[in-house]
Amino acid sequence: MKSEFNPPIGQIIQINGQCISLIGNDIDTDRIIPARFLKCVNFDSLGESVFADDRKNLNGKHPFDLEENKNASILVVNSNFGCGSSREHAPQALLRWGIKAIIGESFADIFYSNCIAIGIPCFTLAKELIHKIQKNKNDKYLFLEIDLKKSLAKSKDLNFHLDIKESSRKMFLSGEWDATSTLLENGNLIEKKLTQLPYIKFNTKLL
Amino acid sequence: MSQDTLLDKVWDLHKVSRLPGGSDQIFIGLHLIHEVTSPQAFGALKDKNLKVKFPDRTVATVDHIVPTDNQSRPFKDNLAEQMIETLEKNCLEHKIRFFNIGSGNQGIVHVVAPELGLTQPGMTIACGDSHTSTHGAFGSIAFGIGTSQVRDVLATQTIAMNKLKVRQIWCDNKLSKGVYAKDLVLHIINELGVKAGVGFAYEFAGPAIDELSMEERMTICNMSIEGGARCGYINPDEKTFSYIKDKLCAPKDEHWENALKWWKSLKSDENSIYDDLIKIDASKIEPTVTWGITPGQSIGINQQIPLLDELSPNDKLVAEEAFEYMNFKQGQSIKDIPVEVCFIGSCTNGRISDLRIAAKVLKDKKVSKNVKAFVVPGSERVANEAKREGLDQIFKDSGFQWREPGCSMCLAMNSDKLIGNQVSASSSNRNFKGRQGSPNGRTLLMSPAMVAAAAINGKVSDVREFIN
Repeated sequence: MKSEFNPPIGQIIQINGQCISLIGNDIDTDRIIPARFLKCVNFDSLGESVFADDRKNLNGKHPFDLEENKNASILVVNSNFGCGSSREHAPQALLRWGIKAIIGESFADIFYSNCIAIGIPCFTLAKELIHKIQKNKNDKYLFLEIDLKKSLAKSKDLNFHLDIKESSRKMFLSGEWDATSTLLENGNLIEKKLTQLPYIKFNTKLL
Repeated sequence: MSQDTLLDKVWDLHKVSRLPGGSDQIFIGLHLIHEVTSPQAFGALKDKNLKVKFPDRTVATVDHIVPTDNQSRPFKDNLAEQMIETLEKNCLEHKIRFFNIGSGNQGIVHVVAPELGLTQPGMTIACGDSHTSTHGAFGSIAFGIGTSQVRDVLATQTIAMNKLKVRQIWCDNKLSKGVYAKDLVLHIINELGVKAGVGFAYEFAGPAIDELSMEERMTICNMSIEGGARCGYINPDEKTFSYIKDKLCAPKDEHWENALKWWKSLKSDENSIYDDLIKIDASKIEPTVTWGITPGQSIGINQQIPLLDELSPNDKLVAEEAFEYMNFKQGQSIKDIPVEVCFIGSCTNGRISDLRIAAKVLKDKKVSKNVKAFVVPGSERVANEAKREGLDQIFKDSGFQWREPGCSMCLAMNSDKLIGNQVSASSSNRNFKGRQGSPNGRTLLMSPAMVAAAAINGKVSDVREFIN
């Protein structure tokens, strides 16, 4: 884990970093952060516990424990990454370990929204290219420059297009990915919506 | 793109605006919170100097961390105590209604909201928990959110979200005897895969769904997320309305008539357009058990664990991992695999009808001496009703431990955990590696009836041999 944690803020346009590959489909959020670490009222200490059980089982050989990956910040994964529990603790743990972006074959829906909400862009890429990156013999040195404006990634030998939902891309480029203030701007519309919902009228005993 | 489905109608009704990025701002009609995913959201409100916008549209309970043996305060586990205290403090400060332990209404959030009549057709419902899809059983559009979105709902009563596509899963015919909603949903996830639902809401429909009780429908929608679908729903019908009637928070008197009139207008049109359609023959489904490390890795009780060569390259990768973790063999029968722990409970199968079915199997039988078995009612109401019917005694007489309500060993945030590589027969929803509290514990998902049968025989068994 990196010594100092600086959460992302504002516009996210360019991400440069070393890749770290984690191979496997359907890696769920229980594996990213086992439930016992959810007993906390803030996210501060989650970075060190990311993949705790998988790392223990691999006894120092897990990608997150390898010396060559200690400065990595772009996680490269396979399909349905982050499935299962909605715990935001999972991307928060990755973020605190040092992950700034994720490239994968596909992501689970809630995990994806959580990543966007805390400033981790998630990109999708064809399986063949993911495998190429993951199996690259020089993997430990693979350094990528990701340009969100052009949705392009390049390294010394590779140059490829990354897919990201257009709404997410726009939010990162404008710096409005922390949604609260954008949502609050429509205060009047929210108040109006409340009066339009039929069930507000007949649920007098809701509380 | 789907048109005129229930999802389209509820989405349009709750749409506040189209946001600059292109996603929609959606009003959340009912927000449910619990102790695990809310403290950081309240913390963020404080940091941003924001208030809860509509405190009466959020309801809280405590479920994930509660002990199920001794619930007296302070909890033995300091961290658990700190979490419940934080929730108590936040609810008090922000004037949010909190169903605490001993209130008679505490329990797993997805059991509590329906049984109090809070969950109603046509609502949008959000909660910082992936099994929020449960509430879709009532024709609401309900989905799990993360803590940042919990913050957004508290601060604005809205979230930013892209509209979901709709896949209708048409379930033909009827389930046969001894086959339950759990078997149906495990079968669906197996057929479609654990990521087929990404980007989709699942609409469950057809004669087999119509036939199900509301509690069975909740089991189906609950596990939509295990198929990748953040939201699963069923069009409301007379069963839905009669379940809600007279519940504590249900509309009363003239409001009931107005509600009913509106609810009856809420369903997918006959000629609505879906993004995808799938058909399932419910009559062919057997009692179903998982053998691997994802809820999609399941087979019928009389089938064999698949051979690696039979699987697609994608499935093969996870299957290899599953074989290594579970220590089962290719081609092995699932039946007769020994189990050491039996767990009945969770937001999937911890309701009164689940307890009734399991108790019926267990009546005048004994749990195998090699098995530790326990039942955790989904809520205080479920527990009280079970006691009124004498079900607690049937469980205890059989050798099951009768516990206090909570999430318990579904995710093992309290002290209910597997030890070492124990095999558990579990009525919960996830068989992920380490899910039930031991980093190498092994979970076999099945219906509560099948858990009861496994408890009696000490091994995976066909419950149909116990019922006539």
